[in-house]
Amino acid sequence: MMNRRSLHRLALGLGASTVLALAAPAWAADEAPDALIQRVSADALETLRTDKSFQTGDIAKIVALVDKVVMPHVNFRRMTSAAVGPGWRKATPEQQARLQQEFKTLLVRTYAGALAQVKDERVTVKPLRAKPDDTDVLVRTEVRGRGDPVQLDYRLEKTPGEGAGWKIYNLNVMGVWLVETYRNQFAQEINAKGVDGLIATLAQRNATGESK
Amino acid sequence: MTSTTTPSTAARGHVAAAALLGAALLAGCASGPQANPADPFEGYNRAMSRFNDDVDGAVVKPVATAYKDVVPGVARQGVTNVFANLGDAWSFVNNLLQLQLEGAFNSAVRFSVNTVLGIGGLFDIASEAGVERHKQDFGLTMARWGVPSGPYLVLPLLGPSSVRDTAGFVVDWEGDIVSRRVNDIPVRNSLYVLRAVNKRANLLGVTSVLDYAALDKYAFTRDAYLQMRAQQAGQELPLNDADDDAGRLPPEE
Repeated sequence: MMNRRSLHRLALGLGASTVLALAAPAWAADEAPDALIQRVSADALETLRTDKSFQTGDIAKIVALVDKVVMPHVNFRRMTSAAVGPGWRKATPEQQARLQQEFKTLLVRTYAGALAQVKDERVTVKPLRAKPDDTDVLVRTEVRGRGDPVQLDYRLEKTPGEGAGWKIYNLNVMGVWLVETYRNQFAQEINAKGVDGLIATLAQRNATGESK
Repeated sequence: MTSTTTPSTAARGHVAAAALLGAALLAGCASGPQANPADPFEGYNRAMSRFNDDVDGAVVKPVATAYKDVVPGVARQGVTNVFANLGDAWSFVNNLLQLQLEGAFNSAVRFSVNTVLGIGGLFDIASEAGVERHKQDFGLTMARWGVPSGPYLVLPLLGPSSVRDTAGFVVDWEGDIVSRRVNDIPVRNSLYVLRAVNKRANLLGVTSVLDYAALDKYAFTRDAYLQMRAQQAGQELPLNDADDDAGRLPPEE
């Protein structure tokens, strides 16, 4: 039964992480990745405590909030392409856009409920173990609240260009990597029904909110 | 469900699902292009997951929902704390068996502080004082000494496990204070039911997340379970080892 308890913490952790970046969008271009995660996590938790959208479960408003403040810190294209796997390259640009849209909606709708449970959580960022010239780093954090701490790690890449900075492209909750877990899910659909089949499945799920 | 050779007709009835257990274990019935090497019993496992979901939907979840509606949050937290405190005693034993001395020390401190000052574990004083829980079980103890996880295995009513963790669970059960120290059978059974219902009530929010997150709930639960246990056991898996490359993906083309 400990797995169930773990799943409980997993869901809470994912909830906390999904809103990690409800933050002021302005930041220095040379901000270190661990500093970025620290600042953004603190701001996100603050927003979560004060904004009523999460308590009322207004999905449209939550999606708008996520688009505005989370997505600037995430390379969601890379996240989606990695989760889709080999099928991504064969997909048309339109299909790729649909996949990103539906995947994002799936994640937001999934965790909107868990976000409402976040209350007294605090995030501690562990010391960064990376060389100054690294462009791909792992930032480890712990979410502490009621109950046991939840491990929450982020994979970030340094993107070139003005105002781009570090972007998250994978995340780990208690040992479970998001991209890898969805890769299995998506591969199953693509193998059975192709890319359009995956898009249709995601769209249907997002429209009805029901599992098969 | 989309995958492999799951005999969906055989899975309709609960009796059939239970009967399938032996057959599937013998036949090792998962095959086909998507067969997961960690899950050779996929056919049986999927059937048992459906059986568990059916029981949950018909009995366990409604009871847990009613319990949550009727019993105040403070009381439910107390129930959670008392059973978690008993768990700390068993974690102490397993930390010791693993030579995890900090974990053993913390578990001992937690158990004594919460039992005495927390009135039999009703209040989790130790956590508030910053003494962290180091939860362990015998499955993790075996992992610590090199026993591999073995195939994924879904247990009747108990849910996700593995061959190793199932063996561990049998030992955990023997070490369980409720099953060892409570001799009055009706009282003991009541405690089992209370523990299970309280646990399920705590998970009501989670299972609704899982229902939404997964395209294939069975595979999602399996993958998450195996990854989490590997992480808890400190095993070095390519996906989540202690290395700084954990979670790194190849660059986009």
